[in-house]
Amino acid sequence: MGVVSPGFRGRPRESSRRLPPGQYETHDFPVLSAGPTPRIAREDWEFTVTTETGDRHSWNWAELTALPSENPTVDLHCVTKWSKFDTRWQGVSLDVLLAEVETAADYVMVSSYGGYTTGMPLEDLLHGQAWIAYGYDGDDIPPEHGGPARLLVPHLYFWKSAKWVHGIQLLPQDEPGFWESLGYHDYGDPWREQRYQGD
Amino acid sequence: MNHRPDSDGYEDGNALAGPLSEIFAVDLTSALGRCANCGVTEPVARLHVYTRAPGLVARCPHCAHVTLRMVRSPDDAWLDMSGTVALRIPLTSG
Ligand SMILES: [Zn+2]
Repeated sequence: MGVVSPGFRGRPRESSRRLPPGQYETHDFPVLSAGPTPRIAREDWEFTVTTETGDRHSWNWAELTALPSENPTVDLHCVTKWSKFDTRWQGVSLDVLLAEVETAADYVMVSSYGGYTTGMPLEDLLHGQAWIAYGYDGDDIPPEHGGPARLLVPHLYFWKSAKWVHGIQLLPQDEPGFWESLGYHDYGDPWREQRYQGD
Repeated sequence: MNHRPDSDGYEDGNALAGPLSEIFAVDLTSALGRCANCGVTEPVARLHVYTRAPGLVARCPHCAHVTLRMVRSPDDAWLDMSGTVALRIPLTSG
């Protein structure tokens, strides 16, 4: 598998040029959490895509990890202003998971174990931009960082990369998730500094 | 949902005092709030407040339901209390 590095695309590797406006670089991996950390056993884990017509496509842990995986190295940008460069993940591209899903929807609502939700355009999950990640830095993803599996959509602020991902609902219109309904931007492009509603 | 206070790094409801004092004239941490999910009434000070997040998220200590959320942007405060049925706020009578 090739290494996909959206963080590098069209940008020099020099640190300051990789930092979106208002961000600072951190070498830690801060743990942000809006609630208790769900502990999901792999044998109980399931990921479901539900279309706007109600069709369901589900994968259990064995089915997910049997799919072709990629090893993206990406920069992360959190809306709380830290950025972390060159994080290494393993996961299945949403292009693979959504290939067999027939839909005319333009938006998604991503939901997690524990009740977290976040919305975004379907387009942002396609074309090699997003993964269901189940490995981090050569190991399993620790629960506090969203394991056993999390969404990884690094070109948007990191609150879109839902930890403990459980499902994706395809929607004809954009709907606000947990943070989008409380003042945060609907889209959240770090390079346009879309932190809050109206940015 | 399994609630594991030992590993989840929340603070008690007093963490809400400063942020809420910017909005309300009274100290709401001494108010009693009823959880919209489980119906239990508790002082706001006993909520479990998650502060290491893009906003403040307060949860019911009994069922972990979100009872209050607050986001402070440079120009606005956003407050969601849809998880709280009612607040009983002690006020001293004249
Ligand atoms: Zn409750």
